[in-house]
Amino acid sequence: MAAEEGKVDPMHQFTIEPVGSWAHWEIAGVDVTFTNSALWMLITTVVLIAFVQMGNKRQFIPGRWQMAVESLTGFVDNMVQANIGKQGRKYLPYVFSLFSFILFANILGLLPLGVAGIHPFTFTSHFTVTGILAVISFSIVLLVGFWKHGLKFFTLFVPHGTPLPMIPIIAPIEFISFMVRPFSLGLRLFVAMMAGHVLLEVLSSFVIDGTNAGIGFGVLVGLPSFLLMIGICALELLVAGIQAYVFALLTALYINDAENLH
Amino acid sequence: MDPEAAKLIGAGLAAIGAGMAAIGVGNVFGSFLESALRNPGAADGQQGRLFIGFAAAELLGLLAFVVAMILIFVA
Repeated sequence: MAAEEGKVDPMHQFTIEPVGSWAHWEIAGVDVTFTNSALWMLITTVVLIAFVQMGNKRQFIPGRWQMAVESLTGFVDNMVQANIGKQGRKYLPYVFSLFSFILFANILGLLPLGVAGIHPFTFTSHFTVTGILAVISFSIVLLVGFWKHGLKFFTLFVPHGTPLPMIPIIAPIEFISFMVRPFSLGLRLFVAMMAGHVLLEVLSSFVIDGTNAGIGFGVLVGLPSFLLMIGICALELLVAGIQAYVFALLTALYINDAENLH
Repeated sequence: MDPEAAKLIGAGLAAIGAGMAAIGVGNVFGSFLESALRNPGAADGQQGRLFIGFAAAELLGLLAFVVAMILIFVA
């Protein structure tokens, strides 16, 4: 909406467009266009597999790369063990994939490749992507819960030691808070990534427009905004890590609910 | 009032929610640090809970941001 006034449009970076000549491919009437979102998912997957495989040499004395991979897997392993316990080991591959996929996606989307003319696309800033990831986590919780405990899984909605008269009040609240989980899980990641990218774009428009308006505005507005942008970039790197961690941590917690009830 | 102006004012008011969430997140980390300095030995075991509290507090601020975005771009 702001584009026609000659300003920077902060929402333009989130447009999904077909890549190159792949526009409007159809298989049996379903649009399967290869978009920039799909391209960056592919890049993330390739980078992630390359990162893990290059450290997967199983040397007795690990090199630097192997140490990096081992500390990443060890970190997720610790988190899963601490939150689910011994029987949580079988969920480690899922939680690790989730954590590292989101982490790599967030960081790759922040890379300053725009200087070289390539525009990184943060697909975690789209609710379609994070929502599906959240739904996968939620389905695992439901499947494990009903598979392991059958109908006893519904005791999840009555916390241990609830007084009898409180049950009609507590149970609906617990039920709503349970059903809201996939939404809050997906929403948190998508909004945090989108807010960060919009913020960077708005600050960059301050720098560009301020500097274009003359030397006085450049020094007064452009320069402080630019310094702030550097700080915000560091903050965004932190947020990229924290959001990936929170997503994996909450998934582990929800799986723990299904695995052990409470 | 002009509906367009009302939308923008509403979006601006939603920023209050983001500021409130900032207080909440600051509270989470502040209280954690305060008690972690009293008992550093127990601090590492509580990091998971720290981030759960952080996530819950932050989500409400992000919801305020969503409200602002809906008012500006969707409504």
